[in-house]
Amino acid sequence: MFGKLTWDAIPFNEPIPLISALAVVLLVGAVLGWITVKGHWPYLWREWITSVDHKRIGVMYCLLGFLMLLRGFADAIMMRSHLALAHGAGQGYLPPDHYDQIFSAHGTIMIFFTAMPFVVGLMNFVVPLQLGIRDVAFPTFNSVSLWLTASGVLLINASLVIGNFARTGWLAYPPLSELKFSPDVGVDYYLWALQIAGIGTLLAGINLVTTILKMRAPGMGYTRMPVFCWTALAANLLIVAAFPVLTATFAMLLLDRYLGFHFFTNEAGGNAMMYVNLIWIWGHPEVYILALPAFGVFSEVVSTFSGKPLFGYRSMILATMAICILSFMVWLHHFFTMGAGADVNAFFGFATMIIAVPTGVKVYNWLFTMYGGRVRFETPMLWAIGFMVTFVIGGMTGVLMAVPPADFVLHNSLFLVAHFHNVVIGGTLFGIFAGYTFWFPKAFGFRLHEGWGKAAFWCWLVGFYLAFMPLYVVGLMGMTRRMQHYDNPAWVAWLQLAMVGAGVILCGILCQVVQLVVSIRRREALRDVTGDPWDGRSLEWSTPSPPPLFNYAVMPNVEGEEAYWGIKQRALRDGLAPEPRYAAIEMPRNSPTGFVTAFFSTVTGFALIWHIWWMVIAGLLGAFATFVWFAWRDEDEFEIPADEVARIDRERRRVRQDVLLPSLGRPA
Amino acid sequence: MTVESHTGRGDGGDAAPGEERGRVLPSLGVYLIGLVFALGLTATAFWVAQTHLLWAPGIPIGLCVLAIAQMGVHLVFFLHITTGPDNTNNVLALAFGVLIVFLVVAGSLWIMANLNHNMMPMDQLTNLHLQH
Amino acid sequence: MTAADAAVRSPHDPHKLGRARERIDGLPKDAGRGQGGPAPKRIIIAYGFWIFLLSDIVMFSALFAAYAVLQGATAGGPTGRQLFNLNNVAIETGCLLLSSFTCGLMMVAAEARSVLWTQLGLLITGLLGLGFVALELHEFADMIGQGAGPQRSAFLSAFFALVGCHGAHVSCGLLWLGTMMAQLLAKGFRPTILHRLMCFSLFWHALDIIWVALFTVVYLLGAIR
Repeated sequence: MFGKLTWDAIPFNEPIPLISALAVVLLVGAVLGWITVKGHWPYLWREWITSVDHKRIGVMYCLLGFLMLLRGFADAIMMRSHLALAHGAGQGYLPPDHYDQIFSAHGTIMIFFTAMPFVVGLMNFVVPLQLGIRDVAFPTFNSVSLWLTASGVLLINASLVIGNFARTGWLAYPPLSELKFSPDVGVDYYLWALQIAGIGTLLAGINLVTTILKMRAPGMGYTRMPVFCWTALAANLLIVAAFPVLTATFAMLLLDRYLGFHFFTNEAGGNAMMYVNLIWIWGHPEVYILALPAFGVFSEVVSTFSGKPLFGYRSMILATMAICILSFMVWLHHFFTMGAGADVNAFFGFATMIIAVPTGVKVYNWLFTMYGGRVRFETPMLWAIGFMVTFVIGGMTGVLMAVPPADFVLHNSLFLVAHFHNVVIGGTLFGIFAGYTFWFPKAFGFRLHEGWGKAAFWCWLVGFYLAFMPLYVVGLMGMTRRMQHYDNPAWVAWLQLAMVGAGVILCGILCQVVQLVVSIRRREALRDVTGDPWDGRSLEWSTPSPPPLFNYAVMPNVEGEEAYWGIKQRALRDGLAPEPRYAAIEMPRNSPTGFVTAFFSTVTGFALIWHIWWMVIAGLLGAFATFVWFAWRDEDEFEIPADEVARIDRERRRVRQDVLLPSLGRPA
Repeated sequence: MTVESHTGRGDGGDAAPGEERGRVLPSLGVYLIGLVFALGLTATAFWVAQTHLLWAPGIPIGLCVLAIAQMGVHLVFFLHITTGPDNTNNVLALAFGVLIVFLVVAGSLWIMANLNHNMMPMDQLTNLHLQH
Repeated sequence: MTAADAAVRSPHDPHKLGRARERIDGLPKDAGRGQGGPAPKRIIIAYGFWIFLLSDIVMFSALFAAYAVLQGATAGGPTGRQLFNLNNVAIETGCLLLSSFTCGLMMVAAEARSVLWTQLGLLITGLLGLGFVALELHEFADMIGQGAGPQRSAFLSAFFALVGCHGAHVSCGLLWLGTMMAQLLAKGFRPTILHRLMCFSLFWHALDIIWVALFTVVYLLGAIR
């Protein structure tokens, strides 16, 4: 009846997972109970769960990313504290079986469920606003994407309570991940959670590519799009081209595990090296899917807070697209040591070094943007500067490892671990935090508290260096990654220092939580009434904060780069443009399709993991029925009447006239 | 937001993928020509694969050429992909896809051939020694 | 002041990209290329689906790569040359090609708003597709019966995954086709139905293109080796 699922699946005899699982279950239960008691369900259902508004969906993506950051960081600090203890006679407090699950879950969660939702969320929120349009190309699919990602999150966290997680590392290399060596459900949790979330990501990618290429405001030619839109285009093209490869690779591993195929097994001609090859065809573009949007955020932030147009706008576009293509030609550098010959290794080594060139172009462009500018050191700008320093160090260690002979020394060591944390934290995560601080007022109508934001930045920056510079050192001393216990006394001090660093990062995360709470409590004092709190340059700052459902009452007519800066300067000189003629606006109707589809996909995924075949069939039928039901709907749009549009936009114009323009027009 | 038009003709701007417009021939004729070409190419390919009349080492290349030609026929006559300016976006997307497909297939073959050569299993390595 | 004038005067527009706002038939010329605002819904939907198809083709390319790498790994089991029956493949190919053609005719009928001919086109397309799937299943059953199932060797794993994935796509297409016939019957030629028919025909033609690659790489090249 329930396949492989029995009471043994609950880890009653392991205190750490059991207690943490109980705590999470109690916390989630308490939140759900509170919502029920307070009667917030109708509001949540109407305004958020079924919403197809790209801004709401973007916010929910970011929330998901932040929650998973906490989960992934809990894994990280457990690993660091365990390794500070587990040397010589000390055994630490995590048995090997559990430790292996923790490092696998940490990597999987941080990449797929922290960085990806954050990045996709920022793009979702910002891109339509910057392009001057009202929504993405396929609003309902946008909601489906979000909820499929959430479905993956649910499955991966369910493994904490029911069964266990993969012990294979975050990419689940065979033959270890084959049924013979990983017979329990851990790898199945990994595979199905990522397959479901991957479909969501693919849909999100298709959605944004179509939006950017086909739905820009009048006059928004390619060479007038803000750089963030360009980086979003490049990242989403990479999603569209890379995620299908991941889907196919995981499908092959699943066939091996479920139907006895021999793609990657040791027997019958299977070839495990093929898995490594295929997964990195996805894996390297994935790095740039995460990094490119962050580069876009920094471009916006650096230009805004330097009060100058971005230096080398067109070279920035060229560099972005060059990275987009080149990132598909370097994947072998992740397995130089697998045994390819000198010709292959040399080709991919050179290709990897070449990709540093467009990245370098970008760094110089940011520096020249700041040069001669009136730089304001507010929190987003601090993240940007912290990024530039940190990312350059990470990039240089990367170029070092692009040299195949050097990689033979450094491969699989903690040097590598330090390198990719250096680029992913210093690049992507700092970019996410910069974007979060930068666009928070646009999303919610009030700024984040500046003091706590700065405290969070300094804790993160210092904590990062304390946590990861020692890992470079022990890596060079020969410590390999994924070790649960070690005997070399020379490493102890460095690993204890790394633990202190992780503690400082914890302070940074706590500062961010406090910042959010404080900002919400003092929201009246932090209110952004103008819609343009940073003296911005792209179109999103021409809307009120938060923007109305339809974003723009009339579509802006773009007449140059930095569309909003031009409009603002003209308004300062000549006053606001005359009032436009308002017309009724059609907007997509809310739809529970995404939520219901995700419900069925969660059921199907869970049933597949535990081999509950009747439930698999029920889940698939449910998902199909949902789509047919959605397709049968007649009315998928509703109209906002012209006078309602006029009322909202007149208020915006009044604020511009009375508050924003006088404050900007004052001599400095 | 916009006026809908489904005839696919005369509304300016880009063409949707799979949409034909401004053609001299009526649509039916286009599909018929496509069918004739496709059937001809398929028949040729099956004949080439089974015949003994042709120079054997050339056959694989010939089959690949025939397959690529047939894909082109499908794209032009069934999917109505043209080189016109209204199709630029569609063709660019297609070109990007083809590039990725090429990189994935050619790259994998090159890398795996190299790996298999260098990482030959022990028994085959011994066989190799015995042969000499 | 018209937008065109503004563009000429604007100091931000050295390349005069802000031009082209003349309208034809109520829609901006160059809609969707940045000069005239968002493209019409029909084009957005077809383009989005086009991108999806490209991603699907990339997924197939991974399976093709796996097949190409593993096709020699027969582990002492049967090779493609011993297993493939080219006559069967030729009939399958004929079915799929003709169904692609009738799918095109169905779209011609839909453009002419003829419910009867559109339904007929869908029906014939579906029957030909069904014939293809039946032949393929028969081939699979035959091979498994001979002990040449996917568990036999890596080559056969890759074969069944690649050909089976295409077959699964055709089967999903048939499910979609049936749904479309029911929708057309219930609702007639609404804009949304027409959009979906257009996407379906794109999907069906793309499957045919993948099949061309498939019968060449797997069957024909496999048979001559």
